[in-house]
Amino acid sequence: MAILKVNDVTKKFGSVTALDGISLEVRQGEIYGFIGPNGAGKTTTIRILLGIIKANSGSAQIFGMDAWRDAVEIHKRIAYVPGEVSLWPNLTGGEVIDLFVKLRGGHNKPRRDELIERFDLDPTKKCGTYSKGNRQKVALIAAFAADADLYILDEPTSGLDPLMELVFQECMREAKAAGKSVLLSSHILSEVEKLCDRVSIIRRGRIIESGSLDELRHLTRTKVRVQTAKPIPNLNDIPGVHDVEEFPGGFTFQVDSPRLGEVIRYISSCEITALESTPPTLEELFIHHYQREG
Amino acid sequence: MSRLFANTLALAGLIWRRDRIQIPIWVVSIAFWSAVLAAMLPSLYPPGPEREIIAQTFANPALISMLGPGYGLDNYHMGAIMAHQMLLFTAVIVAVMNIILILRHTRRDEEQGRIEVVRSLPVGRLANAASAVLVLVLTNLILGAAVAVPLALLGLEGMDWQGSLLYGAVLAATGIFFAAATLFFAQLTETSRTASAYAFAFLGLSFLLRAIGDISSEPLSVISPLGLVLRAQVYVNNYWWPVVLVLVAAGAPILVAFRLNTTRDLEAGIIPAKPGRRYASRLLQSPLGLVLRLEKTVVTCWAVGMFVMGASYGSIFGDVETFAQTSDLYKQILPSVEGFSLTDQFLAMLLAILSMIAAVPALQIILRLRGEERANRVEHLLAGAVSRNHLMAAFLVVAVAAAAVMQALSVVGLWLAAAAVVSDPFPLRETLAAALVYVPLIWILIGLAAALIGYFPQHTNLVWIYLGASLFTTYFGSLLRLPEWTKKLTPWGHIPSIPLEEVSAGTVFLSAITAAILMVIGFTGYSKRDIIR
Repeated sequence: MAILKVNDVTKKFGSVTALDGISLEVRQGEIYGFIGPNGAGKTTTIRILLGIIKANSGSAQIFGMDAWRDAVEIHKRIAYVPGEVSLWPNLTGGEVIDLFVKLRGGHNKPRRDELIERFDLDPTKKCGTYSKGNRQKVALIAAFAADADLYILDEPTSGLDPLMELVFQECMREAKAAGKSVLLSSHILSEVEKLCDRVSIIRRGRIIESGSLDELRHLTRTKVRVQTAKPIPNLNDIPGVHDVEEFPGGFTFQVDSPRLGEVIRYISSCEITALESTPPTLEELFIHHYQREG
Repeated sequence: MSRLFANTLALAGLIWRRDRIQIPIWVVSIAFWSAVLAAMLPSLYPPGPEREIIAQTFANPALISMLGPGYGLDNYHMGAIMAHQMLLFTAVIVAVMNIILILRHTRRDEEQGRIEVVRSLPVGRLANAASAVLVLVLTNLILGAAVAVPLALLGLEGMDWQGSLLYGAVLAATGIFFAAATLFFAQLTETSRTASAYAFAFLGLSFLLRAIGDISSEPLSVISPLGLVLRAQVYVNNYWWPVVLVLVAAGAPILVAFRLNTTRDLEAGIIPAKPGRRYASRLLQSPLGLVLRLEKTVVTCWAVGMFVMGASYGSIFGDVETFAQTSDLYKQILPSVEGFSLTDQFLAMLLAILSMIAAVPALQIILRLRGEERANRVEHLLAGAVSRNHLMAAFLVVAVAAAAVMQALSVVGLWLAAAAVVSDPFPLRETLAAALVYVPLIWILIGLAAALIGYFPQHTNLVWIYLGASLFTTYFGSLLRLPEWTKKLTPWGHIPSIPLEEVSAGTVFLSAITAAILMVIGFTGYSKRDIIR
């Protein structure tokens, strides 16, 4: 079931087209990665989903309701963390967390206190004295303390240290286990890779690729390192094989993923003694897509 | 020593570059209006016995409290008139300019983390503060010259070069003093908001001290920098010592500020920030609660300020009364409104002016909605289950209520002080009712601000210009004999000056309706538009 559905959304700021026919779909219980470089349109998409700005055309729906018209109703069931968290300098972190939870219409004090403990935040300090990471923690605690059905997170971890990053991933897995859905915009690709079921890659206001990580990997090359008893003849001439390099006793090369089976069948005739195949990392995938699109 | 000031000149260049538009606008507009108003004087006050009579009326305590003591009233030439009517007002504006500019380049930059980047370069610890002082001193000197030269060139009666130069020098010295004082306040607090509250409170206090002192006690007035500079008696006796004294006095806050700046941590204040609440109070659970929480300090300070201001003006009613009783001349000149005393007329004027001052905190509150949007914080609220209408309503409710409370407080203060000094005090109930008639006018400005937020979010500051124009036409409308239509451009021109005239319930109702319509326009626009920076 689709929790969040964006269909052919276009947004212009004056003469600049920020989004050009974007479509997205987040299903119940999945963590959906939304990746792309700075300025590609991730935040604009999210702001349309929050009903903070209005799409010029197309539809953005959450829980089957219109993101602009039914914003208040929708927001009772979502939690949002912006990438750049600005808070009121003269309010404490504790006050802001309580306010945000309250505005969403819930209150779960034990959960709040547990999260403050886990994220190691001093809630008595004024927000003006917090570092970027601490401000982000305030927003994350407020988000996870709310019993939301959908989490919209816009680069939520860019200021967190590695330990806090782990706490964040834990919270995400707990949310997923509880059947919640997440739209995670990020450019920390290792994080997306660890957490997300499906991803969309956005570039200059357009979605250039969507699907599960496996499906995306299918579109790129797999790295293979092989050692064989007999030398492999004519490796360079096999269709789908690229970047062949020889080392004592074997080869490393890249294979177009759909042809991997064929290639392995061919080299297995040479008595494989060792074989390593590495699927492309999301980072490689990402760079591949960007370079391909020029 | 030189290490502390390394690269000061380069930073001063940066300030010039950043303010290359703002500073010239301040300087040119102050100089331009001074010249224009001076040029208008001869047609307003033609020579002859009538002018001498007018001069005598200006010696009344009510006008002294607002304009400063009148010098040269026995020979009330153009120079004396200019210095008496315009110098104090202009000096206050110059002080405001200096407060804004100094904070912008010291505490505000520091708060925004920009000084941190600058200090990571080979730049002295005092270079930033020193560059701000340097630029502001130069700006004030240029401003002084820009005002003085046109005044002298106009060649009006009594406005010679020496007096004009002193006129400019008084403005420059006042500016430098308030720049210095603000630099000191900027060291005390962690936020520029608090520092600006201190600085403006200091300016307000200086004005009040002078108002009370000019009427009852000369030494009290001389303690105030604004009172001191007026002792230069520009165009009459042309004393330079007050200018010198103010400039020397400005050295002290600068030295203390430098000392504090070298010893304190970057981004720290001298007044320490104490740990705050672990949990939000019961109040802070809704947009309305948030607005109240955010505005708590500002509203409290304004409330106290309005009360004190009202009381200060109230305290001079005794002198106004005595003057009215003893001055036959006055009775001859201002019999215009039959059956009403000078105190009544003064009270009417005061109530109007107090309501315009009460509009300042009310407008600050509603404009904060836009400020929150600019600071990217509105999205937290709208991402919660809060509608645009709900959010705007929270700010409007607080602003509308603040307008009424501020006006009421100032009047209560005024009445309490006046009742203590006047033999036959005016009744509190009627005065309060008369004062509250002005409240819907403040609401109109609040409505205008809301409408701007809804449809022209980039131009919300227009409402300040409108308030400034209202203040100007009310304060100076009669003195400068501005045409009647200029008054009618502002809401205040449409309200009868009670208690002199009948209060028409219709006018009050109409103002409230106008305000409501503007607010509805604001709601409509705000819920339709994109949230932007």
